[in-house]
Amino acid sequence: MYVSNVNQMSAMDLGRLAGGKTALVLDQKDNVAVALTDLAAGDSCLVAEDGGRKYPVTVLEKIPFGHKFALVDLGKDEAVYKYGEEIGKMKAAINKGGWIHSHNMYCDRGMK
Amino acid sequence: MGDTFLGYRRENGAAGVRNLIAIIPSVFCSSKVAQRIAQNVPGTVHFSHPVGCSQVGEDLEVTAKTLIGIGRNPNFAGVVVVGLGCERFTPTELAQGIAPTGKMLEMVVIHDEGDSIKAIEVGTRHALKMRRAASLEQRQKIDVSELMIGLNCGGSDTTSGLIANPALGIASDKLVAQGGSSILTELTELLGAEHILARRAVNEKVANDILTVIHNMEERLKRQTQNSSNEKRKHLISTGNYDGGLSSVVEKSLGGMKKSGNARFVEVFKYGDVPTKKGLLLLDGPGHDGEVTTGQAAAGAQIVCFPTGRGTPSGFPGVPVIKITGNPRTFERMKENIDINAGAVLTGEKSLQQVGEEIYQEIITVASGKLSKAEVLGHDEQFCITRMP
Repeated sequence: MYVSNVNQMSAMDLGRLAGGKTALVLDQKDNVAVALTDLAAGDSCLVAEDGGRKYPVTVLEKIPFGHKFALVDLGKDEAVYKYGEEIGKMKAAINKGGWIHSHNMYCDRGMK
Repeated sequence: MGDTFLGYRRENGAAGVRNLIAIIPSVFCSSKVAQRIAQNVPGTVHFSHPVGCSQVGEDLEVTAKTLIGIGRNPNFAGVVVVGLGCERFTPTELAQGIAPTGKMLEMVVIHDEGDSIKAIEVGTRHALKMRRAASLEQRQKIDVSELMIGLNCGGSDTTSGLIANPALGIASDKLVAQGGSSILTELTELLGAEHILARRAVNEKVANDILTVIHNMEERLKRQTQNSSNEKRKHLISTGNYDGGLSSVVEKSLGGMKKSGNARFVEVFKYGDVPTKKGLLLLDGPGHDGEVTTGQAAAGAQIVCFPTGRGTPSGFPGVPVIKITGNPRTFERMKENIDINAGAVLTGEKSLQQVGEEIYQEIITVASGKLSKAEVLGHDEQFCITRMP
């Protein structure tokens, strides 16, 4: 469960993360990261997975604090995973490092 | 004996964490009189509301049960019921619902007294007498298994689902592990996560109950938006949620359910009812902050724990609301409104476990008498009874 995955993150991990341009992946199944700082287009961001694996991803556009960006190229109608669960699907294809939000992701639940 | 807090033992054995007098109108018509009585006597709280008449069926029944539940809440040493005299939910019925607790109880009816000024005077004298009697009560050591907390988050941003809710989930799990109770509600904000919640049910019946109440809530919402003129009103996610980075209801729900930790759900119960089991509970109610905490307080919750990413100052009359934010910027801006800075996890000062423990300790300290910030500032906006469609 994603809850325990989050719990396994140490304070030091998150702390170091928050110091620079950083983002968090909540579950190994996820294809998005959550920005822990405001990011500008072209920023190289240190992405941390819950297991401790860290790698840089260059973001393609402005990603506000708390917003999501793609960790891999995603096709139209491809599922977006956060917390290890599907939170929606892409309205259009997006490249790795692109901003994912209501403008390009859809999810019918609770909307109609 | 596990962890303990210092609380008030009521006549019926229930444990209270506050020793206040509740002034409860049976109908909206007597709300101002109730408010004036409360203004006259420090140590009282009033429960002004817009209902109690011109209602029928389940809607009136839920109003009745909720008002009775508030009166029965062990945080109140006594209750003054204030009626008008011609309302559908009679003050006598309200008083009779509260009476079995054995607590101090008086009734004032405006039509019987003559006018509102006379009713205020009579009610004030009742409240004054109760307040003095209650002041003799002493706090005593009580096991945390007698605590029931309500869980609700509002003004959410991504830090709510990321930091504050998981930290509260750790505290909730700890209380439940010691025999205490914790109530999750906000069904409108669990849509899309029901399959995950059902996995955490203690048995098949509870799993089915979880799926059923969330399905029914979704059907109710669909009915309410069928008319095309309501097209723009169908979204269950607010502008603030979007601004904070949440893109779908499912994403919001996954983050929202985290405040209930990992414990198993032992019971699903209806709005206005009191649960029959102890442990992690699901209250069937919508996601409005006030409707949630009102249902929880009516079920007997003595404390509410309230994560808020963007920061809301609201509180509940007579039931301490502990505000927790996972957003360090919000804590900085609203530190006079927020009790716990779970944002310390984001800045690396603390782990989620540490903040979870901090919330648990704060629950015990507040249960023992420490005032929450919302209490000190007099915030009481959350009293709001849900309506049945």
